[in-house]
Amino acid sequence: MIVSTQKPLDQILPALEGGTRVFIIGCAKCATVCKTGGEEEVFRMQEELIAAGKEVTGTIIIDETCHMLRTGRDLRSRKEQVEEADFLLVLSCGAGIQSVAEASDKKVVAGSDSKFLGNIRRFGQFEQRCSLCGDCRLNDTGGICPVTVCPKGMLNGPCGGMEDGNCEVDDSNRCAWVTIYERLEHQGRLEAMDHATPSRDFSHKRHPHNLSLKKG
Amino acid sequence: MPSTLSRKMGENRFVITAELAPPRGSDLTLFQRMADIVAPHVDAINVTDNQGANMRMTPLTAAALLVQKGIEPVMQLTCRDRNRLALQSDLLGAAAMGIHNILALTGDHITCGDHGQGRAVFDLDSVLLIQMIQGMNEGRDINGKPLDGKTAFFVGAAAAPEVEPFAVTRPKLVKKAAAGARFYQTQAVFDPQRLSMFCATVKPLGVKVVAGILVLRSAKMAEFINRNIPGLKIPPAIVERLAQAADPAAEGLRIAVEVALECRTTCHGVHLMAMGRDEVVPSIVAALN
Ligand code: SF4
Ligand code: SF4
Repeated sequence: MIVSTQKPLDQILPALEGGTRVFIIGCAKCATVCKTGGEEEVFRMQEELIAAGKEVTGTIIIDETCHMLRTGRDLRSRKEQVEEADFLLVLSCGAGIQSVAEASDKKVVAGSDSKFLGNIRRFGQFEQRCSLCGDCRLNDTGGICPVTVCPKGMLNGPCGGMEDGNCEVDDSNRCAWVTIYERLEHQGRLEAMDHATPSRDFSHKRHPHNLSLKKG
Repeated sequence: MPSTLSRKMGENRFVITAELAPPRGSDLTLFQRMADIVAPHVDAINVTDNQGANMRMTPLTAAALLVQKGIEPVMQLTCRDRNRLALQSDLLGAAAMGIHNILALTGDHITCGDHGQGRAVFDLDSVLLIQMIQGMNEGRDINGKPLDGKTAFFVGAAAAPEVEPFAVTRPKLVKKAAAGARFYQTQAVFDPQRLSMFCATVKPLGVKVVAGILVLRSAKMAEFINRNIPGLKIPPAIVERLAQAADPAAEGLRIAVEVALECRTTCHGVHLMAMGRDEVVPSIVAALN
């Protein structure tokens, strides 16, 4: 899922200057799970905006705000409230915010910061394991991603900053390569570390990406 | 190979290197003065590359200046601030300026230094950098395309004999050797026994070992290093010795000389890290001779 966090109110309010009426949009998927823009957060935002002297014309939780057609349709179903508003405040990931921007000519205000593609450890705890590099190396690294789990994306073993098995960047984290080594050793395939891994092909990271499953 | 360091190591002579950081500004006066003090006593001077991710003058310029003065530099080059294009173009520039030794490093993470909000590059890592330099020495760029004039770099890599767990770092040492590293300049060593174990481990790789010698000034400095410098761990016994000493700076020097003397029999050279006290380099070298 996409992990996002809500922007603090003192960053949202300046973006709402020059108008008083706000329509708030949340998302029923990722933004609900990470408590950025679910029912609860949208309701709380409504209360906070009212306390700050704004008028909330309405709220909606869209099922997958990143779904562009659905977002357009859902906003049309609330046409009046949307039309009344000076701003559409969106509490979803950046993809969802842009679905809204595409579906309406109103000023769209981002109420959140999108952080990473996250695994869910348990309720309310997210970890980044994959950074969508487009050229997956997990087959060579015991199923642990050095591109993501190592802050330097090292492909050939630990850097000189590893100490007592911990990472130089944050010593509360295990060095990715220590974990990879232990896994490969456990599986009896340490030889996977014997040869230099080819450099990454960063052209996979050229954006924006598009993918169409429709046969041309 | 035009590198004198390479020739000396080839002749199995014990080499001594020191290191200097380029200035944090355009004024090279102090850098030159330190180079003049240190150079007569050592075989080469390492020029650091934005060490600890703290912004300094490019090592390319500072190393080229040493060449002009007739001093042999080891230019350190990290993957943190340059992508493969910039690395190759700096390397070609270095070759043209008569810089023959490169210490190929991954580099500390950018958040370790004074520009923590900058973008870290890490397009390549040290193994891939060494591989690329080897290719350039053979006359081709990273994509295999021919160069107009190949390079002739003598390439070194970093190693950490006292790191834990050492086993995890071993495959990478092997990869560095296979990629073309001809010497390891090690992280500071304090335990001669660990160093000789390390030398025995890497001996089959045919790579020379130049042991890092750190000149400490006080227990406080040692503690600061332990807290702030990635990959550098000063053992408690050494910190204690400094804490107990009447003259900690002199004790730090004594420790450095003791370790350096042990290295004479175990490895192929020492790399003196004077941490700004470059004026002590001549006395350590004198003790070694
Ligand atoms: S290598 Fe890592 S970042 Fe790349 S696709 Fe695989 S898991 Fe994701
Ligand atoms: S210590 Fe390990 S995880 Fe951390 S930057 Fe170095 S190689 Fe990567």
